[in-house]
Amino acid sequence: MGLGSDMYRQQILDHYKSPRNYGEMEDPTFTHVGENPSCGDTIKIDVQLDDDEETIEYVTFSGDGCAISQASASMLSERLQGMSLDELHDLDTDDITEMLGVTISPMRVKCAVLARQVAQDGAKLYHGDVEDLDITKTED
Amino acid sequence: MSTQQTYPIDVESIRQDFPILSRKVGGDVTVAGESENDTEPLVYLDNGATSQTPTQVVDAIVDYYYGYNANVHRGIHQLSQEASVAYEEAHDRVAAFINANGREEIVFTKNTTEAMNLVAYAWGLEALGPGDSVVATEMEHHASLVTWQQICKRTGAEIRYIQIDDEGRLDMDHAAELIDDSTRMVSAVHVSNTLGTVNPVGDLCDLAHEHDAFAFIDGAQAVPTRPVDVKAIDADFYAFSGHKMLGPTGIGVLYGKEEILEAMNPYLYGGEMIRSVTYEDSTWEDLPWKFEAGTPVIEQGIALHAAIDYLDDIGMENVQKHEELLAEYAYDELSAYDDVTIYGPPGDDRGGLVAFNVDGVHAHDLSSILNDYAVAIRAGDHCTQPLHDKLGAPASARASFYIYNTTDEIDRLVEAVDAARQLFA
Repeated sequence: MGLGSDMYRQQILDHYKSPRNYGEMEDPTFTHVGENPSCGDTIKIDVQLDDDEETIEYVTFSGDGCAISQASASMLSERLQGMSLDELHDLDTDDITEMLGVTISPMRVKCAVLARQVAQDGAKLYHGDVEDLDITKTED
Repeated sequence: MSTQQTYPIDVESIRQDFPILSRKVGGDVTVAGESENDTEPLVYLDNGATSQTPTQVVDAIVDYYYGYNANVHRGIHQLSQEASVAYEEAHDRVAAFINANGREEIVFTKNTTEAMNLVAYAWGLEALGPGDSVVATEMEHHASLVTWQQICKRTGAEIRYIQIDDEGRLDMDHAAELIDDSTRMVSAVHVSNTLGTVNPVGDLCDLAHEHDAFAFIDGAQAVPTRPVDVKAIDADFYAFSGHKMLGPTGIGVLYGKEEILEAMNPYLYGGEMIRSVTYEDSTWEDLPWKFEAGTPVIEQGIALHAAIDYLDDIGMENVQKHEELLAEYAYDELSAYDDVTIYGPPGDDRGGLVAFNVDGVHAHDLSSILNDYAVAIRAGDHCTQPLHDKLGAPASARASFYIYNTTDEIDRLVEAVDAARQLFA
């Protein structure tokens, strides 16, 4: 057993302590928020699309919460640049754990996937695929 | 660091009664029970959530299922009579344990929450209305807070909250202000599951009675950890759960003064709780059975009896001393770090739990790292979300102690907390 915690490898801690693309956009193409009410994790994601309205040009995030949720958002903000909305739609939980590079314990998966869920729901709202979704929640 | 700590109780021999305490952890969590990947000795400090179960209690369950399993109160055959006697005697045992008058005042429920809901529905919905108030505290568990909040919404009554001071104690001047002639119910937690505060529940009951209000005391964290005398407190209702005091899940206890329970209508209807039934109407069974509709928690009642026997053998005064020793030790050890915030009163004046946060480390991250050290604690809002909002923390880590815990285990906790601090520094 790894004393010093496998889940908190250097990469996670680095993104948690120095989040990339942290902040809010002035004029995003779309924006969405989400939370894990029981943890208190919150994430807001702003997305700027290319002129083709399909390719993600730039992503920023802001929020508060545990290292897993915030590092995941930071890494995802880098990963999403240049990705199409279809590719975003196809991102699954395995893609996220692969991106994080660590094994996420079952109880913490909702922290890890919060940012992805927020980005996906934001895109769906932008496309009009869903309505009436003020806030994304990744509770069990 | 402690090496030769002496305890008010025989911890070493108590630990022998709890097989789970010798298991190891650290491996695959999708496989229930110890497996070969589990290598680290478990340090179980999540007793505020649920306690572990000694062999004596499991034996009582086995004896029941292997020896006299039957439904109660409805069979003339021998097994049913044996089960009925054992189940009824469990009520007597609980009554004696908290100094109630007898089984008439002891209703078995599913848990503390259901006991709270029983009174809220059976009494509150009928008694409360616009112009009435229910007074709770800012440190209520959701079991009481959400229940009264919603019953007040439905009845038009007002809910008020007694505020806490900077050390996490109830502001009793504020209590005296809030409890007035509009007040019909004062609902207060005996020992806070987050702050560790031991509330002056006798004084709260007196305040309630001065205004002809009832008092409901939530004893979920109190009955397992200290002597409780419902008559001395003069509570009208008092509730607690079996699984936090060495018993199984699925059983809670509602104590109510006999004359009050007598005047209340049933909460659940059905079998067991009736005396006679026609197509047009029904009459109710005597207390406490009037409130125990359907096949009741027979196994759990019998097991709770065994759990109380076990605790009584140790002596609740001794249990309390042990709890206080561990709480003070943990408080002092964790206080040594400037970046650790502990919630609630000082170490020498609290129940056996310590909720805390480490600057820059989310409670869930902390709990994950502690889990790597085989230390089981609770991380979250502990069913006190409004209190956590007030404390300015979405979550906290909570270590809670019981009769089998040692200062060595707290040293392990502190070692893991220190590791988390350094990892996130």
